[in-house]
Amino acid sequence: MRYTQHTRFLIVCLVILILLPWFFQTIESSYLVSTFTRLVIFAIAAVSLDLLIGYTGLVSFGHAAFLGVGAYTVGILSFHAYEETTFLGLPGTLSGLVSIPLAIVLSALVALIIGALSLRTKGVYFIMITLSFGQMLFFLFVSLEQYGGDDGMMMFDGRNTLPGFNLNDRVEFYYFCLTWFVLFFWFSTRLVRSKFGRTLAAIRQNEDRLSSIGINEYWAKLQIFVIAGIGAGLAGALSANHTEFISPDITHWTRSGDLMIVVILGGMGTLIGPVLGTFLFLLLEEFLPLILHSLGLNLLSEHWRFVFGPILILMVLYAKFGLYGLIFRQRS
Amino acid sequence: MAQLYFEQLLNGIQLGMFLFLVSSGLTLIFGFMNVINLAHGSLFMIGAYAIAFLHGVTNSFLLALILSLPVVAIFAWVIEVVIISRLYTRDHLDQVLATFALILFINEGTTMLFGRTPMFLDVPPLLSGMISIFGVVSYPLYRIAIIVAGLAVAFVLWIIIAKTRLGMLIRAGTTNRETVEQLGVNINQLNTIIFVAGAMFAGFAGMLAGPLTSVEVGMGENLLILCFVCIVIGGIGSIRGALLGAITVGVVDTMGRAFVPDLLGKFLEPTAASGISAGLSSMSIYLLMVVVLVVKPTGLFPVVKSH
Repeated sequence: MRYTQHTRFLIVCLVILILLPWFFQTIESSYLVSTFTRLVIFAIAAVSLDLLIGYTGLVSFGHAAFLGVGAYTVGILSFHAYEETTFLGLPGTLSGLVSIPLAIVLSALVALIIGALSLRTKGVYFIMITLSFGQMLFFLFVSLEQYGGDDGMMMFDGRNTLPGFNLNDRVEFYYFCLTWFVLFFWFSTRLVRSKFGRTLAAIRQNEDRLSSIGINEYWAKLQIFVIAGIGAGLAGALSANHTEFISPDITHWTRSGDLMIVVILGGMGTLIGPVLGTFLFLLLEEFLPLILHSLGLNLLSEHWRFVFGPILILMVLYAKFGLYGLIFRQRS
Repeated sequence: MAQLYFEQLLNGIQLGMFLFLVSSGLTLIFGFMNVINLAHGSLFMIGAYAIAFLHGVTNSFLLALILSLPVVAIFAWVIEVVIISRLYTRDHLDQVLATFALILFINEGTTMLFGRTPMFLDVPPLLSGMISIFGVVSYPLYRIAIIVAGLAVAFVLWIIIAKTRLGMLIRAGTTNRETVEQLGVNINQLNTIIFVAGAMFAGFAGMLAGPLTSVEVGMGENLLILCFVCIVIGGIGSIRGALLGAITVGVVDTMGRAFVPDLLGKFLEPTAASGISAGLSSMSIYLLMVVVLVVKPTGLFPVVKSH
């Protein structure tokens, strides 16, 4: 019952997302394609965080670190391609066939290191140590003065290149990101329904019982931490391409907080929820000021967070299953 | 050179005092109520804004300080009753999110009230001179006053926790909350007292910090993350751990910023050294925390919970 309801919902959403550029073209506001590109990119990161928070019960407060690794991989390669200099003896490149896979590999590697150390701790200590790793990477990027330090850097040569495609075209880039999103979402759905997914659920529910039936929970947690890191790294690489600008801001701890918000706001442990959460959060960010403005609340439209904060607190306190719960109301 | 070391050491201890004032509340609230309060840094900011504003009205630092304390207390009381008290039974995730949202609200509200331009506060004239320590270095009197105030608060806190009935209840509640509740202690009242007291320490730190930094939105969060490092290193729930963690973090951070550039300058060319060292010295305390947690996953002075 729920399965078919889900599938129908997903198909409708996918069709809408595919038709969006055409729709925006007809109403002559094709700049909105760019807004939705951003939504799709951050939905990848949100889904990856849901694998940790929602499915495994690991509250990672440093997920933005991997966004940074992905973004800086793309940025640094593009920087050296533009300057025609080398990095550790290797030339830079604009090729998406190199930089995006490399971003994925590097974020996996960083996630492996951070995960291996952080997963030794539990509960609130895990929240804090992931926050600290996020801060470490933030300050590392701030200190990269060659790459703009605090201010960040532009990708002067434009987006990555891909044979047969023109990613600098707004619509083609949207479909490029949408493809990655669909792939990652599909992969995550398969993952959580697999045997490994059931192991993760067992970890969330009762860790000690697992080790007594001979499952190495540390190893399982490390695996999912790396997978989630890859998702966020991919989102970072796409985001760098989208804005053609990379700065330490992308790893700021409030970014990690934003990601947690969208996962909870949407409904954690549901994969669809975090996607809806991303869409709602980023659209609110974009349009809440305009809405408040048109209501004549000018002071609040500039300070929309003053309204958003309490909404969020109410959602945390009273709407346990988030947006997902509102749409797929569970009948008992 | 020794002079410079000594001066930097004092700077580190002084930063440690700020960190301790904020962390002590944070660790008490976590230890006793099992609540992670990200908005604790906002109380530091509210303290700083209160004194900056009231100083403008009264023109007296001391009077502004005395008037600011109840302002922070009332704020804290409202926050505890309206929001935090509903989070005691929730998991850490809900607490992190709700208090994160609270930060958004408080920061935006402060911006609406005071604008984005930072406010500045003068060092009170009575404490504005320099003082010579052992005839070796001359050091700003105000900073010495902060160290003294921090140590005084630590001492008072120790007396309360170790010697009074309230302290006994706090210690008991940190170890086993249910039992204290069963014994007929009004736990809600105790929660409020601890939250407001912790908030007032943070607010007090903000008031003292007023003349040293620019009073601006976001000042609380930067300090808050450092405080998390302090209490995690020290072991969450332990005041002794918070003090030790705060001084360690203060000294490591200050010394790192002062001496890592010189040290790296010996091995690298100056431009590269200055860039990397800025990053390295900001990262040093996080590295420290990672090392501590990898060796002792529950901090140096873990509080043993019994259920």
